[in-house]
Amino acid sequence: MPNQDQYNSRRDFLKKSTALAALTVVSPVLAKAAEHDEEIASMFEQFPLKLEVNGTAHSLSVEPRVTLLDLLREQLHLMGTKKGCDHGQCGACTVHVNGKRINSCLSLAVMNEGKKITTIEGLANGDKLHPMQEAFIKHDGFQCGYCTPGQIMSAVCCVKEGHANSADEVREYMSGNICRCGAYPNIIDAIMEVKKGGQSL
Amino acid sequence: MINFDYQRIATAKAAVDAKAKSASAQFIAGGTNLVDLMKRGVTAPEKLIDINGLPLKQITADAKGVMIGALALNSEVAENVVIKAKYPLLSLALNAGASAQLRNMATVGGNMMQRTRCSYFYDTTMPCNKREPHTGCAARQGQNRMHAVFGTSTECIAVHPSDMCVALAALDATVHLISAKGNWQMLFTDFHRLPGETPQFDTNLQKGELITGVHIPANTFNKFHYLKIRDRSSYAFALVSVAVALELSGNTIQKARLAMGGVAHKPWRLTAVEKFLAGKPATPETFTAAASMAMEGAAGFGHNNFKIKMGKAAVNEALQQAVQKI
Repeated sequence: MPNQDQYNSRRDFLKKSTALAALTVVSPVLAKAAEHDEEIASMFEQFPLKLEVNGTAHSLSVEPRVTLLDLLREQLHLMGTKKGCDHGQCGACTVHVNGKRINSCLSLAVMNEGKKITTIEGLANGDKLHPMQEAFIKHDGFQCGYCTPGQIMSAVCCVKEGHANSADEVREYMSGNICRCGAYPNIIDAIMEVKKGGQSL
Repeated sequence: MINFDYQRIATAKAAVDAKAKSASAQFIAGGTNLVDLMKRGVTAPEKLIDINGLPLKQITADAKGVMIGALALNSEVAENVVIKAKYPLLSLALNAGASAQLRNMATVGGNMMQRTRCSYFYDTTMPCNKREPHTGCAARQGQNRMHAVFGTSTECIAVHPSDMCVALAALDATVHLISAKGNWQMLFTDFHRLPGETPQFDTNLQKGELITGVHIPANTFNKFHYLKIRDRSSYAFALVSVAVALELSGNTIQKARLAMGGVAHKPWRLTAVEKFLAGKPATPETFTAAASMAMEGAAGFGHNNFKIKMGKAAVNEALQQAVQKI
């Protein structure tokens, strides 16, 4: 795992290189038009939004078209929740809202007024990982890791809901989380172990 | 996504009033289909009216049946003890649909209002009479593997994608509605419509009407099955699905209800088959005859011709599975 500095510098590099690439191909007219779009966007009505994310209360302001996923990533800089398909088909964006797992890409942020959101960043207790996080590491429940935050958030609820009584039941109730690396057998092992461990999640 | 105005509403009356004031306003509940359609530019309402504050989440049962509020979540209905005990067909159908995450967001009313998943409806570069009337239907000559074999028109061959609605059609449910004129009801089987010359309308819901709930009458069925055949074993739309409810005494079928999904623009109730089955012994011969009858009049468009054979096998299998269940 890279440390935070390396991570930030990689992210900065990507941002800068994207901006440079954009400058080389975008004509001044288009650049001007883009600025104009920004101005128009800022004129859209912003709605006040109060919600709690990982135990911290936030008082925010959002356009109605902003999804909960984009709010978490772009306004609150919680990058753990991933944007996979952005259409509710892959589960990478799974978070808990008032304790229930949902696809944050299909939830308008403004519709979450007063709700309690938990993301992958809110699962561990300080330095102590959540039992599901431990189990995913132990069983190697991932390869590239992109789907993993969504898998883990979904898995926690799968057990809590009482839908982890057999490997087949786990497969059915985890079907909303796609792993293109194909780590499914290990993911199921991890979930079954947590279920059998009987810890309170 | 094109931006839009947003309004939270606390009463059903305020909701229908707010909708009447805007030409393209839409209600939003779970948003699992609407937000997706807006992201893809298939629809662009100027205003969303958030109805989640309305008191329509209750599931209440009595001797006459069960009333399910329009805002009850798909997951809550599927897990409800009364539904599981007395209307297990609905629970089975709900759990066969979507994913655990989506069922935690999607509501009963929203499930009824979901649009077709026809790929040409979703692809804004292609003609589609449902998305844009009078532009033509790309599916008739195109990739129509997922499309309808019953009740199609020259304008549209799309299917309704819901599993829940197939079970509700079989269970003789009634839709409860409110409009500025007051409360009223319609049969669930009259709620969705065939495409005809106006495929842009999925349902018979009129402008300014809001679904408040669905009522399922108490019944005497003791055997149920929901069979869903799809490209993968979970989290996919049906190629063909069959909902069966039977009242079986000894080996005689007293009463039957059947509906199919994935074959038409609406949940496809098999009333002729139901009449045929009443009073018949629950034997393989009966089921084979019923299955043939079920697919009479079906017509494919090339890629979906397999649904006719598959539909026959699915009806037969669903009847057998229902009878074998304890």
